[in-house]
Amino acid sequence: AFKAAVLIQQWYRRHVARLEMRRRCTWRIFQSIEYSCEQDQIKLHNFFSYLMDQFTPSSSKERDFISRMFISGESYKEAELEKYCDYESIEVPDSYTGPHLSFPLLPDHATALLEAFQQKQQLHARYVLNLLHETRKHLKQLPNISHVSTCYSEEVTVCGDLHGQLDDLFLIFYKNGLPSPSKSYVFNGDFVDRGKQSLEILVILFTFLLIYPKEVHLNRGNHEDHMVNLRYGFTKEVMQKYKVHGKKILRMFQNVFCWLPLATLIDQKVLIIHGGISDSTDLDMLEKIQRDKFISVLRLKKRKESSRKPQIQAINGESESGTDAAGNEAAPKLSLQPQSAQAPSTANRLEFSRWLRQTVQEQIDTCRRLVDISESEPEELTYSSMVSLKDVDEPCWTRQEEWKQVLDILWSDPMPQEGCRENKVRGGGCYFGPDVTEKFLDKYSLQFLIRSHECKQEGYEFCHNRKVLTIFSASNYYEIGSNRGAYVKLGPDLIPHFVQYQANKTAHMLTMTQRQGFLVALISRVEESAFRALREKLFAHTSALISAFRSYDGDNTGKITLSNWATAVESVLRLGLPWRMLRPQLVHSTEDGMLEYKSWLDDLAMEQRSQEHIQSSLLEVIYRNRSNLETIFRIIDRDHSGLISFEEFQQTWKLFSSHMNIELTDDGINDLVRSIDFNKDGNIDFNEFLEAFRLIKQRP
Amino acid sequence: LVAEIEKKITEAFEVFDREANKTVDVREIGCIVRSLGCFPNEAEVQELLAKIEVEEPGGFVHLEKFLPVMTEVLLDRRFRPIPEDVILHAFEALDENKCGYITQEDLVKHLTEE
Repeated sequence: AFKAAVLIQQWYRRHVARLEMRRRCTWRIFQSIEYSCEQDQIKLHNFFSYLMDQFTPSSSKERDFISRMFISGESYKEAELEKYCDYESIEVPDSYTGPHLSFPLLPDHATALLEAFQQKQQLHARYVLNLLHETRKHLKQLPNISHVSTCYSEEVTVCGDLHGQLDDLFLIFYKNGLPSPSKSYVFNGDFVDRGKQSLEILVILFTFLLIYPKEVHLNRGNHEDHMVNLRYGFTKEVMQKYKVHGKKILRMFQNVFCWLPLATLIDQKVLIIHGGISDSTDLDMLEKIQRDKFISVLRLKKRKESSRKPQIQAINGESESGTDAAGNEAAPKLSLQPQSAQAPSTANRLEFSRWLRQTVQEQIDTCRRLVDISESEPEELTYSSMVSLKDVDEPCWTRQEEWKQVLDILWSDPMPQEGCRENKVRGGGCYFGPDVTEKFLDKYSLQFLIRSHECKQEGYEFCHNRKVLTIFSASNYYEIGSNRGAYVKLGPDLIPHFVQYQANKTAHMLTMTQRQGFLVALISRVEESAFRALREKLFAHTSALISAFRSYDGDNTGKITLSNWATAVESVLRLGLPWRMLRPQLVHSTEDGMLEYKSWLDDLAMEQRSQEHIQSSLLEVIYRNRSNLETIFRIIDRDHSGLISFEEFQQTWKLFSSHMNIELTDDGINDLVRSIDFNKDGNIDFNEFLEAFRLIKQRP
Repeated sequence: LVAEIEKKITEAFEVFDREANKTVDVREIGCIVRSLGCFPNEAEVQELLAKIEVEEPGGFVHLEKFLPVMTEVLLDRRFRPIPEDVILHAFEALDENKCGYITQEDLVKHLTEE
């Protein structure tokens, strides 16, 4: 009988181990895809750099189109903002059944809002704008680093990323209680994007902020940035919910975000920032900078001054005057006279970049003149690094240094190895090691750091010898069942106490239960989702994969070994995944340990909707760059209507295909357009367009 | 063939390598071995661990030490899967009342009686 028991135990342990392996692999897949998406930001920058520095527009129309893309970020001065985003003229109709707000806010308003949102009601645009104006007024008075003391309110609760998941916020309030004079909260950024209720979360947080200003503290996260919002969903959400006033609301949010404090300090001992630190993080600098100048922290790489000079010499040597196709006169060579009426010869791309820079600078100057600004501060553009901003009368730090401080705080991640290096995966901030943490804590006499920014399976995780705590409050972030959310409570002893939760009740019960059957079902479901995302990525790289496979198939048999398959796939996708472990889920039919790669790729292709009339290489490009394409469309869609003109659509494609080196004829573009049924007065709903290019769910 | 096996082992190892420094907690070794397709019982896992030098303190296993031992295991095809009929037989042996299941307590009792 003992033997029998041992056998069963043996078999059971193997079963559990396999499940564990599957669970971890699934987690890895989600994470690697998420972070590789952030690399898209770099690709987008490359595209804009290309437009700036290498592309030669073939017509003045094209040139105007491009320059419009760069001047998209108009920032308003305070007076303008109040005028443009005014709410008083907005009437609330009698038919409105949602909550009414009046200022100053009272606890009853908060309760009303919570109830309303639970019943899926929407707050009227007038109140949203009013709230945003009041929030901005309040935030402006706050220092860059908030100070909290545990002697006033015995305990402080710190929450991490929420990412629009309102259910998690409700859970936190349910378990921990609402903010009050005896209950302090710190929310550590990333309130928006990805989840579908970012707006509701912000309304609730801002409301509590105004009602209990001493007890509620908000830190800025990397997603409190309108450039990031364009890509990750907040912009879309606002425009969908507020069709008439959405643009005003977005402008206000853009401004409010840059007034959010950058960090919170508890008892002078625990520092809370959203991302992390770098070896150059300087709290004194952070305290003194003007944080509202950093509307968006995302920028293009700055071209070095030195690399330009040799090119200038070369151009001097050539004879250049003449007119371009559009018949514009060539500007005097290298003249820095801002004369936008005279566009430079478009045959000379350096001239064009210079001209562009000048035009942009002029636009700023014009804006400033119109508004009659007394300060000498130049406006911060979204792609401001391209423009030569005059140096301002400021204490010794340069704008560059300040910007780096903010970027590091919002985007950095801890790493196990010592040192400090560039965070190439995310495209911003750095990876900092335990030695950097140690030095930093020492320098400012701190005990430990609390940060968020990274999803953790248990909702929280220590690293760097328990000196860095990551707290993440969005449960089921990747998929239902993928992870718990958590918040941490600190008393005067500053010892952290954690509370975990999972928003979906069933998921919570399942992880508690010992019934293996349910656990398997849960893991299978999350796994399915992960693999679908992975298959889509594989499909998006079909051509590259074919060449890689061919290089292992010297005799042209159409088959390769599974070992070579794994190596080839990693070399193309570079996700760092354990392909040999994942193989059974990705490759279903093999003969003698060999795989017929062409038919395998064909199977992958069959999963997407029927877009046979579009050339496959183009299809791949769309899949690979869908996120970037969406961002570009949004930038062009200046009034945030979700529509762009057919002409703009065409022009975007021309530019993009030139950058990506693909042939795209007018017919090709028409094919693309035919793939969706557009008939909105000659405009294209780009959301619909992009939706057409998604893998459909695999049949079970 | 050996190269391929080593790659497979390294992959499985790295899934459990939390700090990306080529070490795993000794308690995860059983899991790793099993996810590579082996069915060792507890005694066999302990034997394996004895062969691999475990770094004290903290009980970490380095990939360098694990790889050769595990490669041998896979090449020798040790700890083969238990055939289904054998497992069924084992269940039936313990299920005295023929109810079609056994409880956790029963299993624990049998395992600790030796």
